[in-house]
Amino acid sequence: MNLFSLIGDFSVFFFRSLFISWKIKTTKWRILEQVYHIGIGSLPIIIVIAIFTGLVSIVQTSYQLIGTVPRYILGTTLGRMVMIELGPILTALMVSGRCASSMAAEIGTMRVTEQIDALEVMAIDPYRFLNLPRIIGIFIALPILTVISEFVALICGAVYAHYFLDVPFSVFNYGLTHYFYAKDFFGGLIKSLFFALVIAASGCYFGFKVKGGAKEVGKAATYAVVTASILILVLDFLVALVIFG
Amino acid sequence: MIEVKNVSKKFDSLIVLDNVSFSVGDARLIVILGPSGTGKTVLLKAILGLTPVDSGEVLFDGKSIQAIDESEIYEIRKNIGFVFQGTALFDSMNVLDNIALPIVEHTSASTSEVKDKVVQILEIIGMSGKEKLYPRSLSGGMKRLVAVGRALALDPKYLFYDEPTTGLDPIMRDRVVNLIIDLKKKYAKSGIVVTHDLDTAKAVGDEIYMLKKGKISKVRQIRKEVYNG
Ligand SMILES: Nc1ncnc2c1ncn2[C@@H]1O[C@H](COP(=O)(O)OP(=O)(O)O)[C@@H](O)[C@H]1O
Ligand SMILES: [Mg+2]
Repeated sequence: MNLFSLIGDFSVFFFRSLFISWKIKTTKWRILEQVYHIGIGSLPIIIVIAIFTGLVSIVQTSYQLIGTVPRYILGTTLGRMVMIELGPILTALMVSGRCASSMAAEIGTMRVTEQIDALEVMAIDPYRFLNLPRIIGIFIALPILTVISEFVALICGAVYAHYFLDVPFSVFNYGLTHYFYAKDFFGGLIKSLFFALVIAASGCYFGFKVKGGAKEVGKAATYAVVTASILILVLDFLVALVIFG
Repeated sequence: MIEVKNVSKKFDSLIVLDNVSFSVGDARLIVILGPSGTGKTVLLKAILGLTPVDSGEVLFDGKSIQAIDESEIYEIRKNIGFVFQGTALFDSMNVLDNIALPIVEHTSASTSEVKDKVVQILEIIGMSGKEKLYPRSLSGGMKRLVAVGRALALDPKYLFYDEPTTGLDPIMRDRVVNLIIDLKKKYAKSGIVVTHDLDTAKAVGDEIYMLKKGKISKVRQIRKEVYNG
């Protein structure tokens, strides 16, 4: 398949998964299950990543800025970095590594063991049954995870600044809040919504298209993560152009 | 009544079904006999509209599935239970949820009604008390039985069995064969049994067809020679 037909096929697959009758009565439980599975499952790793993101950023920023600008700028810069870029991107990449691959593997296994055919035979639309809850589930979970990771990263940055850089909480907080633009925070969140869609779509797509056996399932998991990661970075650029450009 | 009319299907240059015609009447079991790799599974999937055919048509009570859209095919499929060759049980769900799924999805039955229905089905298939087990902890034969149970969930008029006895020990095979016969006699389930096992064919079939090199032909008397030659 060439690149253009792949993109076409991928888009058709994505819209076919969303624009169907939702049958919310039974689907809502499947969505909640995914929110739980993705959200709670990813939380520990997201927090670990956020702690170190906060620490690394504050060290780097202070190295570049201290002595040249007022110290509260540390809070401003860290806040912007984390909210616009680091929080959404790192969270999405982590969740992509965990979830795009597991979605592709799970759905791919269902494909090769004919469980997807079984759904079809029972007159249950597999797009609604498998894809929709994953797409919506991650659409809800990822922004929440992103906010949590931003919060953790900022706290860690502030604590480090307070104890090791001689920038008290009050000064850091002044820099963070006084120059806070809602656009920064919500722009980051809008990005994470787009990221959520590509993670779920890649995971489901490559799982659905598996033909063969265990080896192909493994490959599908890899393709799903690679595709999702690339799309995340491309979208990051495009959304940045629109919102901040 | 299911009528298969002049159905042909090929994959690239491999002709799998060549002008296949037959019909399934009420409360009758049609056996399709044939060695592995002749296209028996493809035929069943073609009848369900899972695999598109190159030419010919399949009629359910006079309605051609080639002429209707997906939502109507879904409606027709609710009248058919399909027992997959590899069972295709949902491995993330226990026996109860596997059988309950079609009921939950397609009816407005309450949780307790669904449970009652599943218990009833488990009784029919001889698996009472196994609700909480997951497919991975069931033997091959028990999985087959549960797969039959899941196919029964919506009380379909037809049941399709894809190699229901392949790979089972003799005792389990008898159990499955007896279940298939029972379902026809007591519950008036018609259907198609695809198999390459002569004994199963003889035991369950009201009519037996032979599928070979894409051609289907009616078998009047089974002899080993027919099968091998
Ligand atoms: N999707 C497919 N693409 C290409 N060839 C297929 C496909 N499905 C089945 N076949 C081929 O069709 C033939 C019949 O397959 P099948 O119906 O599974 O045989 P069986 O009678 O054992 O059930 C086999 O040779 C198989 O390789
Ligand atoms: Mg087969």
